[in-house]
Amino acid sequence: MAELNTGDGGGKKGSKKVRSKKSNAKVDLTAMVDLAFLLITFFMLTTSLSKPQSMDLGLPDKEDKKEPQKDIKVDQKRTLTIIMGKDNKIKWFHGLLEAPEPGGAPTNTVYGKDGLRKEILKRVISVNEYCKTKPTYKEGDGLIVIIKPSKKSTYRNLVDVLDEMAICKVPTYAIVNDITPEEMKLVDEMNK
Amino acid sequence: MAKVKMSKKATSIDMTAMCDVAFLLLTFFILTATAKVPEPLPVDTPSSTVQTKLPETGLVTITVGKSEGKEQVFFGMKDRAIRSAALDYMAQKYKVNFTDAEKEQFALVDEFGVPVEGLKQLLAMKGADRAKKGVQPGIPCDTIGDNNQLRYWIQYVRQANIDAGATKELQFAIKGDAKEEYPQIKRVMDILQEQKINSFNLVTGLRGKDY
Repeated sequence: MAELNTGDGGGKKGSKKVRSKKSNAKVDLTAMVDLAFLLITFFMLTTSLSKPQSMDLGLPDKEDKKEPQKDIKVDQKRTLTIIMGKDNKIKWFHGLLEAPEPGGAPTNTVYGKDGLRKEILKRVISVNEYCKTKPTYKEGDGLIVIIKPSKKSTYRNLVDVLDEMAICKVPTYAIVNDITPEEMKLVDEMNK
Repeated sequence: MAKVKMSKKATSIDMTAMCDVAFLLLTFFILTATAKVPEPLPVDTPSSTVQTKLPETGLVTITVGKSEGKEQVFFGMKDRAIRSAALDYMAQKYKVNFTDAEKEQFALVDEFGVPVEGLKQLLAMKGADRAKKGVQPGIPCDTIGDNNQLRYWIQYVRQANIDAGATKELQFAIKGDAKEEYPQIKRVMDILQEQKINSFNLVTGLRGKDY
């Protein structure tokens, strides 16, 4: 492709005529176009991709102390509690802590698809089936995940769990800040 | 038998027009691209799989991070128009006087992390010096005591937004460092919730679902 302007091409030995130099009028632009398109691609991608992602988070109203608090009773079969400890440790249980559902006793697990996600996905389906058998079933009833970040857990842990909620399409979840003394024991055990 | 003649075509194509177009597009993209300003408090955001992008306008970013072993909170307003109005309110509240030149200068600051008393010195500095370590100690946001300046910044920036006749409420985004402990983030969330801001964005990076 590349054409080099080599002047008069060696010259014939016999000829004595002085030849005017024939310069090649065409410059090969291929390399230049290549470069230009490379830069275009770069700028196109960086302008739209550099915007950071954001995760929407809605928290419930902080209720005033004056108003009487209503305790909403939920079926313990529907609740899955996730407790986050330090050093990326995590524990979950299904149902009540003192009387967990079958196969739902407090268990240590890890973040990601092989740990937490498996458990949540399994229960999203099973709890939804269970809810459908009840006469009070409404659209959207299903698993309720209670997220309890302990004091030593990091922001990354929180975002990871919230992300898991989005991936598994958990219908209801809440971040709860008060950890009961019994749960605190679990945290201490986990942090050891 | 007559030989099949290969038609001789010119091997080089005229690239001039293509080159023109390419450079036109290149110029366009370079000019529209916004230069990335160095952040005074660089944080490593956690990643998530959500695809929603942060809005470009009507956004206030609260950065929570650690610098030199100390927890710091920085405050950033995306809209230039409301920056100086918010500063006016803060100046009234904390009895600090700013000259017009300083207010103008403040409207160009994307993000800052100094108490309002130290804002004068910060504005006197050159842009490059501001991002240096240790220059900006963070905005005081202790919930105990009367020096919760973050709370007032949030309140006044919303006030300024209403004064400017905005139809949309300001959105608040929390940009936290991944290694930050939960109570630090919670403190900022609590300050926001105190003012009935119950819905906000968490700034994250992008990752695939297969982690």
